[in-house]
Amino acid sequence: MIKENKKQLMTGSKILIESLLREGVDTIFGYPGGAVLNIYDELFNYRDKLNHILVRHEQGAAHAADGYARATGKVGVVLVTSGPGATNTITGIATAYMDSVPMVIITGQVPTSLIGNDAFQEADTVGITRPCTKHNYLVKDVGDLARIVKEAFYIASTGRPGPVLIDIPKDISSNVAEFDYPESIEMRSYNPTYFGHHVQILKVVDELLKAEKPMFYIGGGVISSNAANELKEIAEMLDLPIVSTLMGLGGFPSEHALFFGMLGMHGTYAANTGISNADFIVAVGSRFDDRVTGKVDEFGRKAKFAHIDIDPSSIGKNVKIDIPVVGDVKSVLNSMLEILSLKSKEIESTQYKRMKWLEELNMYKYEHPLSYKMTDVIKPQFVVEKIYELTDGEAIIATEVGQNQMWAAQFYKFKNPRSLLTSGGLGTMGYGFPAAIGAQVAFPNRTVFDIAGDGSIQMNIQELATAVQYNLPVKIAIINNNFLGMIRQWQELFYEKRYSFSKLNINPDFVKLAESYGAVGLRANKPEQVEDVLKTALSIKKPVVMDFVVAQEEGVYPMVAPGYPITGMLLV
Amino acid sequence: MMEKNHILSILVENESGVLARVAGLFSARGFNIDGISVAGTLEKDESKMIISTYGDEQILEQITKQLNRLINVIKVQELTDDESVMRQTILVKVNADDSTKNEIFRIKEIFEARIVDVSRNAYVLEFSGSAKKMEAFIELIRPIGIKDIVKTGTIAITRSKK
Repeated sequence: MIKENKKQLMTGSKILIESLLREGVDTIFGYPGGAVLNIYDELFNYRDKLNHILVRHEQGAAHAADGYARATGKVGVVLVTSGPGATNTITGIATAYMDSVPMVIITGQVPTSLIGNDAFQEADTVGITRPCTKHNYLVKDVGDLARIVKEAFYIASTGRPGPVLIDIPKDISSNVAEFDYPESIEMRSYNPTYFGHHVQILKVVDELLKAEKPMFYIGGGVISSNAANELKEIAEMLDLPIVSTLMGLGGFPSEHALFFGMLGMHGTYAANTGISNADFIVAVGSRFDDRVTGKVDEFGRKAKFAHIDIDPSSIGKNVKIDIPVVGDVKSVLNSMLEILSLKSKEIESTQYKRMKWLEELNMYKYEHPLSYKMTDVIKPQFVVEKIYELTDGEAIIATEVGQNQMWAAQFYKFKNPRSLLTSGGLGTMGYGFPAAIGAQVAFPNRTVFDIAGDGSIQMNIQELATAVQYNLPVKIAIINNNFLGMIRQWQELFYEKRYSFSKLNINPDFVKLAESYGAVGLRANKPEQVEDVLKTALSIKKPVVMDFVVAQEEGVYPMVAPGYPITGMLLV
Repeated sequence: MMEKNHILSILVENESGVLARVAGLFSARGFNIDGISVAGTLEKDESKMIISTYGDEQILEQITKQLNRLINVIKVQELTDDESVMRQTILVKVNADDSTKNEIFRIKEIFEARIVDVSRNAYVLEFSGSAKKMEAFIELIRPIGIKDIVKTGTIAITRSKK
């Protein structure tokens, strides 16, 4: 008898690509090399279905996939070769891991028979990436590949999202197996909790209504769980003031009357003073990072704490929590809304105390707003403000790391979630530009900026070629102070102005550099040129590098010295 | 908060690299492993790790939560003295001449240890017991002259409900 329904035999390479398509992948960021040549050869057959962006350095691929993922909420996909290809992605993977970004990284590996032999371009990729991935796999049998891809996407995108790596030896990508993509998935040891415990949620609601000075301290979890609408609804229903971490920016409209800015080391006076006077703090998808809490024993010292987070290990890690709620932020906020919908009378009775609390917070806001002084030299904050004005808060803003990042966070008033792409956890210089490329690939018609420093931008400047090749009109605004500005600021404040190796004595001519890549270069030396340069850049449908020559000695303020309570701010 | 020893029983998927994941987690987050014992269970796709660690309740909670984040970890359970049986096994090679043989036999009898290898001037003793008894055993054996010693980590199992 002839065996019926014989499944089609496919190579590992074809299985991989077919599996990616079934996961809804339309774009991958990659760089070919020996161990992935089988896969690249197969990719050639799929070039009309799968958009492959050829970067100029594997780190760029990882950050671009990360930017794509943050901007869209989809899983970002990277394809690189073994050894150096894989190790070059590590910074990108660690960046995504720290900020809980869903990514699948596919690395080639030397053939199975050579693993462990110190073969050419061999590295123990699974070993190296174990501490900076949510999970990783070495594929040992081509028959497992489809299941592994399915699991990888599932793990990356569910629970607390994160990067998952699949290491594929070269023989696996050429071996054949029947292709049978699993419909569903069952993992005995991985079951994230989405729905918060009802009794715990009731306690949070009760406490919110009882509190004199409640406050929501929101983080990246609001954005990754797509909970901005629910958050806004609750905040408006209860007149609840909101402060945000760097990662939470965009999770609540920055210009909203209930928003009091970013808190922490470079937080606003209102946010830091406010949270220190609150009597009930609800951490919503945030994790009490040291840059947020300052001296942790004094953080919210007058308050009770509730913490809503999908990752139980985040709860109670740094601060003792009175009401823990393990669950997806969106789902928990929805449950809260349901409960609140039956409590209109109780809500009404909170109006007076809420009004008084908001009055107090607004007083802080007016006492010490974010500010800077205009001079005849360009101020970095002015550049960011102008970008905000000209894009009406609707642009996608990537940042590098350092002063540029903090000024972007302070002076760009984010309206929407997924519009700030920044390396908050790992603090990766060189992240912003490739991340902006990834976002621009996802949204060709939106305005995408990279707010950069002259130091950071040089860490992945090679990606200008990528931007030009794919005609991605990313706008790079370099806040150029010829310094590693944040290092300079710390040296000024804490190291007696000993500017040890923080001055960049030689920088390229960024305008000529842009031109040599086929991009457009513009420069502003005076405040009155800033707007023109930005307007010109926005009118050009090409990558544009803007060199803003700014005041060297400008610092980011307010600032809390590391290890100090966040009430102890150095103001301007 | 009080720092003390804790014994964790960790059921994991029996896959290559799982031990590295667990051990790596302990070192990366600054937790201690005082002892570890790993072996398969009756299910061929599972292994059980028994890890002895040290810290206060908050550290223990973090360790447990972090372990649960690992995709291959199925279940984490703390085993307490009262509710479980705990054992370590030791093999110790001691000097055995006419002047010490009687003492070795005496200790063997008291501790219900076994002599598992005999040569002209050395015996190998095997002893299994709680950590406390193990200490007492070693203390008594030490003066006889220990040539070599090897000890397993603690293994432990919950007692049946009475």
